[in-house]
Amino acid sequence: MLFFIEVLIGGLLAGVMYSLVAMGFVLIYKASGVLNFAQGSMVLFAALSFVSILAMGAPFWLALVLTLAIMVLLGVVIEKVVLRRLVNQPQITLFMATIGLSILIEGLGQMIWGSQVHGLDLGINDIPFNFYGVFISQFDLFAAGCAAVLVAGLSLFFHKTKIGRALRAVADDHQAAMSVGIPLKHVWAVVWAAAGFVALVAGLLWGSRLGVQFALTLVVLKALPVLILGGFTSIPGAIIGGLIIGATEKLAEVYIGPYFGGGIENWFPYVLALAFLLIRPDGLFGEKHIERV
Amino acid sequence: MSVQGNSILTVNNIEVIYNHVILVLKGVSLDVPEGKIVALLGANGAGKTTTLKAVSNLLRAERGDVTKGSIEFKGKRVDKMTPPELVKQGVIQVMEGRHCFAHLTVEENLLTGAYTRKVSRAEIRRDLERVYAYFPRLKERRNSQAGYTSGGEQQMTAIGRALMAHPSMILLDEPSMGLAPQLVEEIFEIVRDLNQKEKVSFLLAEQNTNVALRYADFGYILENGRVVMDGKAADLATNEDVKEFYLGISSGARKSFRDAKHYRRRKRWLA
Repeated sequence: MLFFIEVLIGGLLAGVMYSLVAMGFVLIYKASGVLNFAQGSMVLFAALSFVSILAMGAPFWLALVLTLAIMVLLGVVIEKVVLRRLVNQPQITLFMATIGLSILIEGLGQMIWGSQVHGLDLGINDIPFNFYGVFISQFDLFAAGCAAVLVAGLSLFFHKTKIGRALRAVADDHQAAMSVGIPLKHVWAVVWAAAGFVALVAGLLWGSRLGVQFALTLVVLKALPVLILGGFTSIPGAIIGGLIIGATEKLAEVYIGPYFGGGIENWFPYVLALAFLLIRPDGLFGEKHIERV
Repeated sequence: MSVQGNSILTVNNIEVIYNHVILVLKGVSLDVPEGKIVALLGANGAGKTTTLKAVSNLLRAERGDVTKGSIEFKGKRVDKMTPPELVKQGVIQVMEGRHCFAHLTVEENLLTGAYTRKVSRAEIRRDLERVYAYFPRLKERRNSQAGYTSGGEQQMTAIGRALMAHPSMILLDEPSMGLAPQLVEEIFEIVRDLNQKEKVSFLLAEQNTNVALRYADFGYILENGRVVMDGKAADLATNEDVKEFYLGISSGARKSFRDAKHYRRRKRWLA
């Protein structure tokens, strides 16, 4: 039983790490209805920038602020150079644009900061501590705390602020938003900047776990089943989806894995997502497609 | 039409081309006197919506372009302004088919209308109450997602949302679309109310000629992207051609098939 709980908690905490990446997708999907393929590159870019600025001798907080500024700038530039020209184009066009962006940002990051693998130490011990016989990773707990703060902050932002409301309005109906005088360009710049911020947090946490390297862009693949489960439009959904994916993949690995010769952790989430698509295509918390007949 | 008093909006001989090739408006001129309701009438494809969108500048997003002519609001050229700038100037469009934000609550929808205004929360609150006073039904539904409200409630939400911007002129596109006759009357009553109490001028595009002419002060009839007739609403309502072609009232008994030719001929004369 103790072992079960330990696996479960380990899984849940690992899931939070996926949620962090998934949240970036949700932000942009909510505001523009586009799956931002470049989110993974942004995670890498943020982590690379942070590590490189740190390596130049800047203190931790300065590096954090500078990286944040870079990510916000990146968001604004993306809006100005790419998105503004694609208003009212089919969504597949926007999606293709994000694929292009993804490659560009990856290349740019490694061109500016170099492509060697960096270590990143956030100063948090990764030594598990003993909680009534269950071993819990401190690092994972810290990551969960970060995620909780982010979610609370973003939910407030979306529901209680004027710009947050405008973001949701734009997501629902571009044209109507324009007709009431919401400037699409500001809204998109804000949302990409916010996605950049989320990418920074995800980049730091994943970077300190895996090392800052090209493989960071691949963590987005784990975010996809999380999104399908939680729904593309819900931030709490991204968290719950992450928790479910994390917990089930670890439990499946331990309890079902041996029958398949192990290693099912890598594909189990996708099977789960596929099954989910058949039952609830909007995800657990996604906005229902409202259709009036 | 002779301009009475100051005109708040003047559209001067505009031509609109979609996608660089499709000529939709072929020189439309019209005039909205301050504090009046002007109806823009015509069949499907006559150019009513295009005219409204040319004024509110939502055309650009649909690859339409005003290639000739000018548009003046309160004596100022506005044809190069972006929609947010126009809303700040006091012109706002309520689009055809309501276009509420389906996943936002009714109240949130209304609040988005105040996006361009930099005023205190208390003032926004007051404006909300003012909108609820005109549309008591919206107050009951304030916390429902707009997508789940009825067509009439959505139309009210759309008009209320525009009102939150404190406009001096509302471009209202087809408010009667898909609504029961009784609701249509209700909506138009409110439009008249807003016009009289809030001094909002209206340019409204409408297929329902009968209702529109009853509530409007002036009317313009569009056909194939041209204004073919204009005048006081009361005069238009009694005009023989308007009665026959737009109100479905003919003077004589039932028309025989032979008269169809006659109809065509007269229509051509109109255009």
